[in-house]
Amino acid sequence: MRRLLLVFSALGALILAFILLPLLNTLVSALLDWQLLVETAKKSAFWQIFGLTAYAALIATMIAAALGTPLAYVLARKDFFGKEFVRGVIDVPVVIPHMAAGIALLSMLSRQGVAGVFGLQLTETLFAVVAAMLFVSVPFYVDVAFEGFRSVDARFENVARSLGASSFEAFVKVTLPLAARHLLAGAVLCWARAVSEFAAIIAVAYYPMVISTYIWEVFLSEGYRAARSAVALVLVIALLIFAALRALMKPMPE
Amino acid sequence: MLELRNVSKDFKDFKLRNISLDVERGEYFVILGPTGAGKTLLLELIAGFHIPDEGKILIDGADATKLPPERRNIGFVYQDYALFPHLSVEENVKFGLRLKNLPKSEIEARVKELMELFGISHLAKRRPRTLSGGEQQKVALARALAVRPRILLLDEPLSALDVPTQNALRVELKRLHGRFGTTTLHVTHDRAEALTLADRIAVMMRGSISQIGKPHEVFRKPTNEEVAAFVGVENVLSGRIIGSGGGVARIDVGSFELLAVTPVKSGKVSVFIRPEDIVLSTAPPTPKSSARNCITSRIVSVTDLGALRRVELDCGLIALVTEQAAEELGLRAEKEVFATFKATAVHVLPKL
Repeated sequence: MRRLLLVFSALGALILAFILLPLLNTLVSALLDWQLLVETAKKSAFWQIFGLTAYAALIATMIAAALGTPLAYVLARKDFFGKEFVRGVIDVPVVIPHMAAGIALLSMLSRQGVAGVFGLQLTETLFAVVAAMLFVSVPFYVDVAFEGFRSVDARFENVARSLGASSFEAFVKVTLPLAARHLLAGAVLCWARAVSEFAAIIAVAYYPMVISTYIWEVFLSEGYRAARSAVALVLVIALLIFAALRALMKPMPE
Repeated sequence: MLELRNVSKDFKDFKLRNISLDVERGEYFVILGPTGAGKTLLLELIAGFHIPDEGKILIDGADATKLPPERRNIGFVYQDYALFPHLSVEENVKFGLRLKNLPKSEIEARVKELMELFGISHLAKRRPRTLSGGEQQKVALARALAVRPRILLLDEPLSALDVPTQNALRVELKRLHGRFGTTTLHVTHDRAEALTLADRIAVMMRGSISQIGKPHEVFRKPTNEEVAAFVGVENVLSGRIIGSGGGVARIDVGSFELLAVTPVKSGKVSVFIRPEDIVLSTAPPTPKSSARNCITSRIVSVTDLGALRRVELDCGLIALVTEQAAEELGLRAEKEVFATFKATAVHVLPKL
């Protein structure tokens, strides 16, 4: 048993190294190049783009939660014909190339597409950015929320109703609080996925720029060194947010 | 008070067929049946968690078949209590009251009174998962009774508890019923529980009701073999303790007296003896046998149960013997036999 754990740990260490080395390498070399790093950090454009990205991802997450929560609840509670089909549809954005997702969205948002029928041109807008983010990240929210609702025993709702709660009151007062940790985890995952999206966004909106398209542009126009310092900044901020959320979601003492 | 008319329902692995019952106001009604008979599903239909495929449910004479659960005012206590894990004990008890726009002072007063009545005041701030089974049971009962339900449904309320707690809570259930007078439907597979608590018993087998009657009717005169096989695995006698000492009680059960190892010292009791614990012989057992009871009796009937024979004696006892033993002893009606059983094989419960 000890030997097995040792071998397995060694294999695990490999994957850990695979993730950490490129990140550390980038971080360290960017830090050594500290003058450029400071210069990047001083650019107001960088922070504006960063703020916009966080903001757009937040809107996408809120839409995912508002529409995904009821859907996840129905999927968790009700057996119906075609349920597996619906669950499959929800997961489609995960399995198709994100550039394909972006091109597909283009057919809805562009002047030549469905939006054009109404005389609208929605590409190159914040709306398009949010739509692209939502498209690729909503499956993460719905899947985690689904697991959350399934983990709440329906008998709790039964008891609540026998005590006089309507089905909606039982949902709000019993089911939601009991699934809250899952819903929060799903929202964090959804938001993180939205922040990091590139392909689907660049297909529908080069502008307004988000962090991934910005790094892409810096890389193309100013080269590797400049992109590296932007990436290092993003990494540090992302890790800080990630660590804060992990701490926030630590299991509460019972 | 509560009336079921030809209720049928298919749900997952359970089927209920043509269930009809009539529970009277204030009655303690026990539904007795083996695991898998569909007893929980029946309670869930009464509570309104499911709608019957066929038949009607009437509460106070009004059709409630499709009434949503929150408008039935029926309390439900699940086997594992289903206390809300995210709420404290006090908040659990308050849950139903908070939904009914009652003045805050009245809510507080009612909760305080109930928690004192159940002896759970000291647990008010605790989370359900930190409580023992017996404590959880009391919280679940307090939560259900807080809203003053018309009917209280109890799904195997004692089966998850250890034996001493079971005994204590059985007394508690009887006391509560006396105090609140709430019409109660109690589902169980435990014959002793049914016998000691019920005003009436319905025996349920494979999704339908086989017999309804007062406890002694059901145990004495099962209407068919299936019910007999289920309730008949116990000898159930009523008696009175006429002497006790050294942990052994002498009990008069009418047609004979017997000795039982029991902490109960006096009063009326129910006596349970498993028929397989009764040994039959044609000659008196040797005196050095550790068995303390030996009753001479005539055989009333011998029933073939396959590998076993069910032997009914005119003293009121039923014994189960193997086919082989029955043949060796030549057991048949009218034959005189000695029924021997240990004092430790006699299970005594005080009459409630």
